[in-house]
Amino acid sequence: MIRLAGRRVAAVVPTAFGVATLVFFLLHAVPGDPVDLMLGESARVADKEALREALGLDRPLTQQYAAFLLGALRGDLGQSIVTGLPVGSLLAARFAATVELALAAIGLALLFSLPLGVAAALRRGSWIDRASLAFALAVVSVPNFWLGPMLVIVFAILLDLLPVSGSGTWAHLLLPAGTLGLAMSGMLTRMTRGSLIEALSQDYVRTARAKGLSYLAVVAKHGIVNALPPVVTVIGLEFGSLLAGTVITETIFAWPGLGRLTIEAINQRDYPVVQGCVLLIGICFVVANTLADLLQLVLEPRMREG
Amino acid sequence: MKSGAVGGLRLRGGRVCLGLSILAAVALFGAAAPLVVPRDPTEQVLAESFRYPSASHPMGQDNLGRDILSRVIYGARVSLLVGLATVTISLALGLSIGMAAGYLGGWVDALVTRAIDVLLAFPGILLAIALTGILGPGLDHVVLALCAIGWTGYARLVRGEVMRLKESEFVEAAQALGLGHGRILFGHLLPMVAGPVMVQATFGTAGAIVAEASLSFLGLGAQPPTPSWGAMLNDGRAFVLVAPHMTIFPGLAIMLTVLAINLIGEGLRDVLDVRSAHDAWHKARGKRATR
Repeated sequence: MIRLAGRRVAAVVPTAFGVATLVFFLLHAVPGDPVDLMLGESARVADKEALREALGLDRPLTQQYAAFLLGALRGDLGQSIVTGLPVGSLLAARFAATVELALAAIGLALLFSLPLGVAAALRRGSWIDRASLAFALAVVSVPNFWLGPMLVIVFAILLDLLPVSGSGTWAHLLLPAGTLGLAMSGMLTRMTRGSLIEALSQDYVRTARAKGLSYLAVVAKHGIVNALPPVVTVIGLEFGSLLAGTVITETIFAWPGLGRLTIEAINQRDYPVVQGCVLLIGICFVVANTLADLLQLVLEPRMREG
Repeated sequence: MKSGAVGGLRLRGGRVCLGLSILAAVALFGAAAPLVVPRDPTEQVLAESFRYPSASHPMGQDNLGRDILSRVIYGARVSLLVGLATVTISLALGLSIGMAAGYLGGWVDALVTRAIDVLLAFPGILLAIALTGILGPGLDHVVLALCAIGWTGYARLVRGEVMRLKESEFVEAAQALGLGHGRILFGHLLPMVAGPVMVQATFGTAGAIVAEASLSFLGLGAQPPTPSWGAMLNDGRAFVLVAPHMTIFPGLAIMLTVLAINLIGEGLRDVLDVRSAHDAWHKARGKRATR
């Protein structure tokens, strides 16, 4: 198992390298001069040259690429064109807020989906099962850039319970986390339901029932415990998408995280910051997927064979 | 056939019909927009800004006094066109690349697989945001960015199916009969992968519509005064306190359209008995894990 886990962790390196390569070439793949894109074609030639030199764009592409990779390894992602601050420190300042939002979203998603999924599995075909399917289908079809404003209209304007936007308190966290978490909870509900139904159809469950264990004890000890690993894995796999989803949610709620920084940087044509944001979210995505894989290894002994 | 199975099929049939009816209505209104809209979608009546829904403006008016119903109807054009264009181009790319990789194997396959792995190592929407951010706003750039990522899903699916199928007896028989690679690929393998690809393309259309709306919402897609649902939501964001109808109606339009397409996709998946993407993904991961 340790060898298998080691192989998974080792696989992060080439993928992360690929991600960094893609992020580097993102700017260079665009037709035209990146400096023109940043300053506009009408900018003064001297300004353009100064920026070209500052960004190292006057050097050969291979040198720029090597410098970018080495810098990224050291955490040096260049400087913001707009503020002159190191990109690394800008990212660090915003990262915690995004992680806080993502974790709160997962917590809220679980709060909704676990009870609903379990109820749907235990009462298959009943109204609660059908309602859970309708809920899952509805929240999957609702884009977060609409769900967010809708939650604002209901909870901040009509009911006047929560603040419209901003950050700092638990109340500020609830609406953005709910926006992100609700979309995820649809899938988790279906996942919990399917996984629990499968777990309860196993022979050991029948044996446990035959031994005289009560229904509730069987569901709790054998059903839910065995149904959880796939759900946990999906949470891990979804964590990366959640980080990407924060770009929109943070914009709606003025949440001071990475997503909002990405959009601010795009609007200001501050490409080193855009590159840094995309690289950091991309790497988090890769790491989250790997952690989900490792978690699956720990939770599902069958996966360790081979 | 058991009555339950008949009931199940009927239920699915009902859902597909519902999905198709909604989508047909959206498409029809979008196509006939100039004939059916009550007002010019770009006509500004500043004196009537933020008016709530009324008999003359059933969805109300926006910050510039424009008729929201007319803009929602025109918005259907943008959404459906971007969705269709993205899926058609991504599908054509993904099919060709996936078939080439699966059929030829070797370094072509290695190269394609590596490229797909790296592109899928990113959350798709983030890459689309970054690409349109760098390319500059505009619907053409949105389609370009979405296709640059969208082909990977189809290529991965087609590659896997072709790899599995090329070992089967009917392909061997076709080779023994002396059929060329082209005939085998397009005459024999393509029809076999069409089912799963069709299902994925249906979900892909819904995904592309949401992605376009997301990008337009962030100001990276449709530019004013083009009426796009995402852009309308972006306009409404600043006025959610005074004019919630600016946000409610375009959002409802997106939700209904996406729901309709998802219903059709789920129905198609059941009818064609295609494994869900999640199952396939899970299976692939399982295989990788036990390797």
